[in-house]
Amino acid sequence: MSSSTLQRPAEAVAPIALPPLLSVEGLTKRYRSGDRILEVLRGVDFELAEGEFVAVVGQSGSGKSTLLHLMGLLDAADSGSVHLSGRRIDGLPGSERDRLRNTDIGMVFQAYHLLPELTALENVLAPLMVRHGIFAWFSVRAEARRRATELLERFGLGGRLHHKPRQLSGGEMQRVAIARALVGGPRLLLADEPTGNLDAESGTGILDVLCSLNRSAGLSIVLVTHDASIARRADRIVRLAAGRVETAH
Amino acid sequence: MYKLLLCWRYLRTRWIALASVVSVMLGVATMIVVNAVMAGFSHEMQTRIHGILSDLVFESHSLSGFQDPQWHMDEIRRAGGDDIEGMTPTVAVPAMLNFQIRGQWITRQVMLIGIDETTHARVSDFGRYLQHPGNREQLSFDLRDGGYDTVDSQAGIGDPTRPALEGAGWPHRRMRVERERLWREKLDADQAAADATAVNAAEGPGNPVRPVDQQVDAVLSATGAPASPLPEGEGTTATDVASEQTSGTKNPFDVARPEQGTRMDPAKEQFTGIVPGIGLASFRDSAGIDRFLTLPGDDVKITFPTAGTPPKAVSDTFTIVDFYESKMSEYDSNFVFVPIAALQRMRGMIDPQSGLVSVNSIQIKLRDGANLDEVRDRLRRAFPADLYAVSSWRDKQGPLLAAVDMEMAVLNILLFMIIAVAGFGILAIFFMIVVEKTRDIGILKSLGARASGIAGIFLGYGLFLGVVGAGVGLALGLSIAMNINTIRVGVEWLTGQRVFDPSIYYFFKIPTIIDPVTVTWIVAGAVGIAVASSVLPALRAARLHPVEALRHE
Repeated sequence: MSSSTLQRPAEAVAPIALPPLLSVEGLTKRYRSGDRILEVLRGVDFELAEGEFVAVVGQSGSGKSTLLHLMGLLDAADSGSVHLSGRRIDGLPGSERDRLRNTDIGMVFQAYHLLPELTALENVLAPLMVRHGIFAWFSVRAEARRRATELLERFGLGGRLHHKPRQLSGGEMQRVAIARALVGGPRLLLADEPTGNLDAESGTGILDVLCSLNRSAGLSIVLVTHDASIARRADRIVRLAAGRVETAH
Repeated sequence: MYKLLLCWRYLRTRWIALASVVSVMLGVATMIVVNAVMAGFSHEMQTRIHGILSDLVFESHSLSGFQDPQWHMDEIRRAGGDDIEGMTPTVAVPAMLNFQIRGQWITRQVMLIGIDETTHARVSDFGRYLQHPGNREQLSFDLRDGGYDTVDSQAGIGDPTRPALEGAGWPHRRMRVERERLWREKLDADQAAADATAVNAAEGPGNPVRPVDQQVDAVLSATGAPASPLPEGEGTTATDVASEQTSGTKNPFDVARPEQGTRMDPAKEQFTGIVPGIGLASFRDSAGIDRFLTLPGDDVKITFPTAGTPPKAVSDTFTIVDFYESKMSEYDSNFVFVPIAALQRMRGMIDPQSGLVSVNSIQIKLRDGANLDEVRDRLRRAFPADLYAVSSWRDKQGPLLAAVDMEMAVLNILLFMIIAVAGFGILAIFFMIVVEKTRDIGILKSLGARASGIAGIFLGYGLFLGVVGAGVGLALGLSIAMNINTIRVGVEWLTGQRVFDPSIYYFFKIPTIIDPVTVTWIVAGAVGIAVASSVLPALRAARLHPVEALRHE
């Protein structure tokens, strides 16, 4: 992994005294389905240090995906707060949250969520296209393509740049999705069951990629999974049950 | 940037969306064609109306008219100032036109208009509508020595559609006089033979004289030419002259008829010239050939009221010298033009004491760019309204022009409805695309795309569809409008039926005018509708909740 493209030089070597990269306090989230109120999160506290790899495990419906969505600013909590590097980010106006999602947070999903009309390379470029307007795009285009190609080659997809997602295997799609999450140079990677749709071998490959990103580039990762064997690859495991953090190792 | 890219990719992968554009395209094309044809018709009609009516008409309420047109013209020039370019006095009275075909008299109700032959053509397009090239240059009420157009000079088509006009003029007149003379000779010879064989019966009022007109008719119809025996007017008829010159035997009718006025030689002289509308004297058959009931060179009788109260009906004989064809059937089958001086004399519009003449109306031509209504109002203020009426040509044909405008407006509304319907088609298809693309929208939001950007994808999509539809429709509409006559010919050939029957319409070609402003509005409207109908789906896409969108299957 190229440290020059992904590492954030200033913060990667920040002193311990600084606030954690991500901290979540007293998060609650309720869903209303019909006349029944479903309490998914009942006050979750959670911290992620700079460069840490944390696995969040729990049964289906334990609220781990919801927690990830709240940390990724895709959803709004009913109460509680989310801080990124000490700055509260959950109450920000929409456009500011859009910007943070684009620049500071990378997300990987179980179902890959690639855009089927775009090639692998274009999918990876998508966050940068979102970031830059039409005219600015033409000035950064060459550099963006270089960086995206480099990422894909690093993940062994050098020969697959111009393939559409449907021409790729599940493992390849997930690696494209990780490249897409990384291309914008995020501080934080949120992965929601990234191996859930993959066979064991491909899943291990994906986990290897995530581990190496964490080790060599110092990327902070939150991995949500229901599989304890996968969770063991992480530095620390946070267990969610019934909407609360149960045990921390 | 992703907006453009996705927009383009969605277009390339969803051709079905272009289906919704077909109705936009057809709507635009139809609107352009209909507007071009309607504008063409409307313009053609206005030109015709304006061609016969001058810019402003100054007229008296009374049929007897007003005296001293020169004084009135000076007053009008004073009131109108520089805006007046030309004026000409006219006398218009209702009248009856009579001409004879194959023994029967045909009577038509007409408007008899006395015009000044030198100045009238300068005030309106009158001259343009005559059938003799010489008369188009400068009208003359003297019969021409042939040379009438056998083609419709306004149609611009080479095929002769009026073969009957070939020999019109003096040749026709001489031939007819000669034929009558021959017939008269034969009749008289028959009569003499009958007299000789039936001497005993040749006395008393029960003399078996055959009905002359029927026999003349029988002979003339055998020749196959349009027949119009000279009417017997005021003792100066051709029949009298012809029979006297040629036959030694006296016709009993000649003896019986009292001598009046002077005799004339119809082969060398003519009566006062008239120019009737072509619709009075001809009809067009289904092959597009004009059949003439009477021709330049024939004589007709006109009955009209004299000036004064109560008006008396008087008749006189006139010689047709040309036909007037404005292509407005209302005018072509109504107007008969005569020299104003002759009409004034015949109607008694010349004051015997002062020698002052009277006229009904003064036709006024304004300089280019003059404000029609403004000058009209100025003249209305200058002359008492209870004696004179001042109206513009638009006022005169107000209901007709308003009806055409109304028709055009209604058609445009209806056709725009088609495009609006197409808009709903786009709306429905876009909603489906938004539903189909819900997960992609969630993905884009998770990548940090703004709501406005997501909406932009679909608005741009709608804009593109609108531009494509309107653009193709524009090309289609313009090419149809420009080649509509070729298309008409093709359709006629294909179906074997006349689409644009020249016996109904006086135009040989469908007139079209493509107004760039109208076309621009149509195209802009269509693109606007396409964009407007993509607004709702775009808003829906923009408001999707990212988490729900991502979970969407």
